Amino acid sequence: MKLKNQLKAAIRSLSKNKMRTFLTMLGIIIGVASVIAMLAIGQGSKESIQAQISNLGTNLLTIFPSASMTGGVRMEAGSSVRLTLDDYKAVADRCPAVMYSTPTVRTSGQLIAGSQNWRTSVWGVYPDYFDIRNLTIQSGTIFTVAEDRSASKVCVIGQTVAKYLFGEGVDPVGKQIRINKIPFLVTGLITAKGQNAFGQDQDDIVIAPFTTVQERMLTITYINSIMVSATTEKMIPEATDEITQVLKERHRLGPSEDPDFTIRSQADIANAATATSGILTILLASIASISLLVGGIGIMNIMLVSVTERTREIGIRMGVGARGRDVLLQFLIEALMISLIGGIIGVGLGILTSEVIAGIMKWPVTITLQSIILSFLFSTAIWIFFGWYPARKAASLNPIDALRYE
Amino acid sequence: MADAIISTRHLVKIYKMGDLEVHALRGIDMEIRKSDFVAIMGKSGSGKSTFMNIVGCLDVPTRGDYFLDGVDVGKMNKDQLAQLRNNKIGFVFQSFNLLSRTSALENVELPLMYNSKVSSHALREKAMNALESVGLADRSHHLPNQLSGGEQQRVAIARALVNDPVVILADEPTGNLDTRTSVEVMAIFQQLNKKGITVVIVTHEPDIAAYTNRNVSFRDGRILKDLQVEHPRKASDELLLIPVISEEETI
Repeated sequence: MKLKNQLKAAIRSLSKNKMRTFLTMLGIIIGVASVIAMLAIGQGSKESIQAQISNLGTNLLTIFPSASMTGGVRMEAGSSVRLTLDDYKAVADRCPAVMYSTPTVRTSGQLIAGSQNWRTSVWGVYPDYFDIRNLTIQSGTIFTVAEDRSASKVCVIGQTVAKYLFGEGVDPVGKQIRINKIPFLVTGLITAKGQNAFGQDQDDIVIAPFTTVQERMLTITYINSIMVSATTEKMIPEATDEITQVLKERHRLGPSEDPDFTIRSQADIANAATATSGILTILLASIASISLLVGGIGIMNIMLVSVTERTREIGIRMGVGARGRDVLLQFLIEALMISLIGGIIGVGLGILTSEVIAGIMKWPVTITLQSIILSFLFSTAIWIFFGWYPARKAASLNPIDALRYE
Repeated sequence: MADAIISTRHLVKIYKMGDLEVHALRGIDMEIRKSDFVAIMGKSGSGKSTFMNIVGCLDVPTRGDYFLDGVDVGKMNKDQLAQLRNNKIGFVFQSFNLLSRTSALENVELPLMYNSKVSSHALREKAMNALESVGLADRSHHLPNQLSGGEQQRVAIARALVNDPVVILADEPTGNLDTRTSVEVMAIFQQLNKKGITVVIVTHEPDIAAYTNRNVSFRDGRILKDLQVEHPRKASDELLLIPVISEEETI
């Protein structure tokens, strides 16, 4: 049979039996849509939970100078060995597992704005700091690299600082403050972050360009610490190794010698994050497999009934000269058409459902390409198997047995 | 015999039903010549339908040889049998076996779609001609459930002859029809036979067999009698004498 006739026969058969076509298509539509919606909700939850955890700074690494020991008495950290900007540059340039990095200097400052004043810590950092700490700006902007180079007197302030200096609900952007008598322009207000795990107010902070704080306020040549973020949580050990190697080399320490610096990571949080992510992945996988199973059983039932019902039609077709493969090809073409159309409708319905859930229940949803492909392929595979297998059985009968089939 | 269209030798068919073996055919030797009009008769269970199905290449014999138009059917595989059914045989069933929800014309087109020699261009025309020859040209777009039993059977006949087969086989073609429609159907068969087409029908009604030229009786899987009919009845003449009961009769 020619392919053109084959296509014609398939289209005819689908359009002649609109109800059956619709019902079989419904199986695919519901299967695909439910899988996409379930996975979108699951994936959305997973991502939102992970985002919250990584907000805690899971891939954050801080490098401090170690405490020196003089006559058995440990001195304050950084009292003899100091980290320098060159150490920072080496870490930033030579560690591929490090994504963002900044040197930090810190001082405390008396802030004055008009008649109000407030004491808080002032950090001097590169703009990367905002990415490392997941800080976002509520209004205004972060200072730029150029402003850092020229040691501009600009700063970004936290909500608590803004509240005490300017009062609640006042936008401080564009206002002048004096920090230790040096006038600074406020360029941005940091979005509220609240307390950290140890009860510290994370909004009680002033962030200024590194060079400004180091040279204008402190007039020192060393830096307090280096803060970096690893590319992913899994890369933390690798980033630690790279940094250790680079800094040991710079500080002329042999591989067996103890490093004169300490790398601190948020290991507990990182472990919790990995564990949570693992649990969520298992949860998602089980949701997906249950949805696929339920969808698959629906498709299977409709197909088995539909093909059994069509055994007589197969008999008629073979009786007038259709070969087994003609019948199979027709079923295959019909199956492909139904899966394709049903699949596309299902994908659309799945996306729509996810969006509706996102809108009404305020639930984060993420539709992934994988879930679309997975559900599409699975439904099609089930369709073809359960459509094709009984059709093949019918096509292998003697025509007269297929015709007599009740 | 040189001009035999159908020739069987020691055709045996045994159905296995669990441990039980049912001998449907116990050795049938038969020859049917070109342009013959044969009725195969017998009670139910005599093996006449089994014989017909084997002759129609819908079923395969347990033993024995069958030659159709000079071809040894026993040596054919399933695909070649399908080809034979398509090109050489037109089969008419007792229960019509039309595709439901499919118009008369499309039902007649069905065998042409499986015939690679027919262009899609000629398809519709050939189907229409076949419908015309059974007098249903004006009902080509009706669905089977909109047609009377007689009309459905005529569509089935049109489907059987659309590929210009060497033989038309009909298994109880009048079994589901009333007297007048039965005669109508027989008139069509006689008309086709007059054009030179070989026709074989299975029937258990002697009345129907009387329209054919040769009556073969089966009993218990064997041929009991094989008689030529001296003066076949003329269906087209008788049709004029039977009153029309109703225009739209259905079963």
